[in-house]
Amino acid sequence: MKVSQAFKLAIRSIFGSKMRSFLTMLGMIIGVGSVITLIGLMNGATNYILDSFDDLGTNLINVNITNTDTRKVDVDEMYEFVEENRHLFQGVTPKISSRYTIKNGSTSMTTAVNGVGEDYLEINNLELSSGRFIQYADIKNRYNACVIGTYIVQELFDGKVSLGDTLKINGQLFEIVGIQEEKADSKENSADDCIYIPYSNAARLAGSTNISTYVIAANNADVVEQGEDILDHYLYGILKNEDLYYIMSMTELLDMINEMNTMMSSILGGIAGISLLVAGIGIMNIMLVSVVERTKEIGIRKAIGAKKKDIMRQFVIEATLISCLGGILGIIFGYFLTKLLGGALGLDAAPTMNSILMAFGISAAIGIGFGYMPANKAAKLNPIDALRSE
Amino acid sequence: MSMQMDEKQATPLIQLIDIKKIYQMGDTEVRANDGINLEIYEGEFVAIVGKSGSGKSTIMNIIGALDIPTSGQYILKGQDVSKMKGDALAEVRNRMIGFIFQQYNLLSKQNLLENVELPLLYAGVGKKQRRTQAMEALKLVGLEDKWRNYPNQLSGGQQQRGAVARALAGNPSLILADEPTGALDSKTSGDLLEFLKKLNEQGNTIVLITHDRNVAEQARRVVGLHDGKIIFDQSVEEYRKQVVV
Repeated sequence: MKVSQAFKLAIRSIFGSKMRSFLTMLGMIIGVGSVITLIGLMNGATNYILDSFDDLGTNLINVNITNTDTRKVDVDEMYEFVEENRHLFQGVTPKISSRYTIKNGSTSMTTAVNGVGEDYLEINNLELSSGRFIQYADIKNRYNACVIGTYIVQELFDGKVSLGDTLKINGQLFEIVGIQEEKADSKENSADDCIYIPYSNAARLAGSTNISTYVIAANNADVVEQGEDILDHYLYGILKNEDLYYIMSMTELLDMINEMNTMMSSILGGIAGISLLVAGIGIMNIMLVSVVERTKEIGIRKAIGAKKKDIMRQFVIEATLISCLGGILGIIFGYFLTKLLGGALGLDAAPTMNSILMAFGISAAIGIGFGYMPANKAAKLNPIDALRSE
Repeated sequence: MSMQMDEKQATPLIQLIDIKKIYQMGDTEVRANDGINLEIYEGEFVAIVGKSGSGKSTIMNIIGALDIPTSGQYILKGQDVSKMKGDALAEVRNRMIGFIFQQYNLLSKQNLLENVELPLLYAGVGKKQRRTQAMEALKLVGLEDKWRNYPNQLSGGQQQRGAVARALAGNPSLILADEPTGALDSKTSGDLLEFLKKLNEQGNTIVLITHDRNVAEQARRVVGLHDGKIIFDQSVEEYRKQVVV
């Protein structure tokens, strides 16, 4: 008997008892659906976390030169280095951070004052609500310009400030040229609790001429590691001692997050996989019942000349077909469930191709695997006994 | 009669040599067939008769290649079937034997044509050829216009004729009928037996197993079984004369 014939028989048998076939498939549908949904949601969550980290600057490399007394890297050299490696880097900014007391008339407070370059705004994806950022001319001329965060606006100016107003940082008068857009509800010690000034002024405030910290932006998160390597090579060439500088980025953290998510996906997938196993046992159970029910039929077929492999094929194909049909319905079910739950949770969740292929593969394999035992039982029936059964 | 056979055919279609079938039932040994020797030639119509427990079902299973003897030899058309196993036996059943069962044994979920096609399907006959051969067989039993019907839409007699068509479809060397009239009323029984006679006249070899004397009398040769042994083997004329015990 040809395979196509066995298919026809299997389809007829499945559609001949629709309710039973559906109930058999239900396990498969739920199993496959949950595998796809869980993995899809997990992926959505991972992407969500990665996106949040992107805001924090996954493409940023921090360089810290710990001893600037003996050998030094000056700002121009650093800019030149970045310029030479445009294929990796998007920009660089020195960063000198200290806490100073700032004053507006008699009101005073302490906050983080960051001496930065003109590219700082762009590198860190910051926005201004009004005014301008520190410019090259400010740095060159050591002009006392500053950009303030919204927390400062509220605390120091009672919410009322206009461009051109002044404040005192460590006793020096600075003109407010820009106001940063609110980022963190204007809370203390948040991204809104800060002041930006030209790095040249910050160096002078700190009483040093050397810049020890830089932030370099790579073109994207994927080339960060490459950038770190080349930077390390460059700095070692100048400083001749790897203890004198420190390079840091978020890639390790990202790797960890990715690893964690992969693990979570496997665990969740595994749990859902158990339901696939249960579904497989369900199919086996039904097929065993089916063999018993159809003993007479098997007997007739064998008496008329069906060989073992003919009977075997008929039952295995039927089990495989049931489980594949269940698998396909499960994929459809899982797809919509992923979209639905993803939408409800605010995640951009989509079933991954891998999970679909895996779920389908497993369901087909389960059909063959768990169909084999009942099919073998059917194929081994003695035709005389089978014929006699009712 | 036997002289006529010898002229026509030197080697018998069926040759049973000292067939024994022994079942072990706990401590006791049941000899279902106890040394059966029988030769059946092509073109014969043989009835095997016996009461229940006489071993006629066992011998029919062996002749039908559904089972093999414990000892002895069964040669079917020159082939030793007695040592065959599973699939080889299935092949013999498929190619050489057409079964007619008491309970018709048509597959309920397949229509009549598909039922008749079944032996051809397992023989690997192509779709077109299968259809033609099955329709011819249905025409022979007068059911060609019922091919689309399912078994439960047919009367008992029609179902049994369908089963005969199925037995004939593969053009077997032997038609083996096991109590074919057992589930039929006397009128349809008579019709079926007449039909079997006609088939025999057309050259088909038929072996019929029955416990019913009236049925056995429709054959041309009658073999009697008792306690697993052949107690008589005679022409139907002699059988008719035999006093009923």
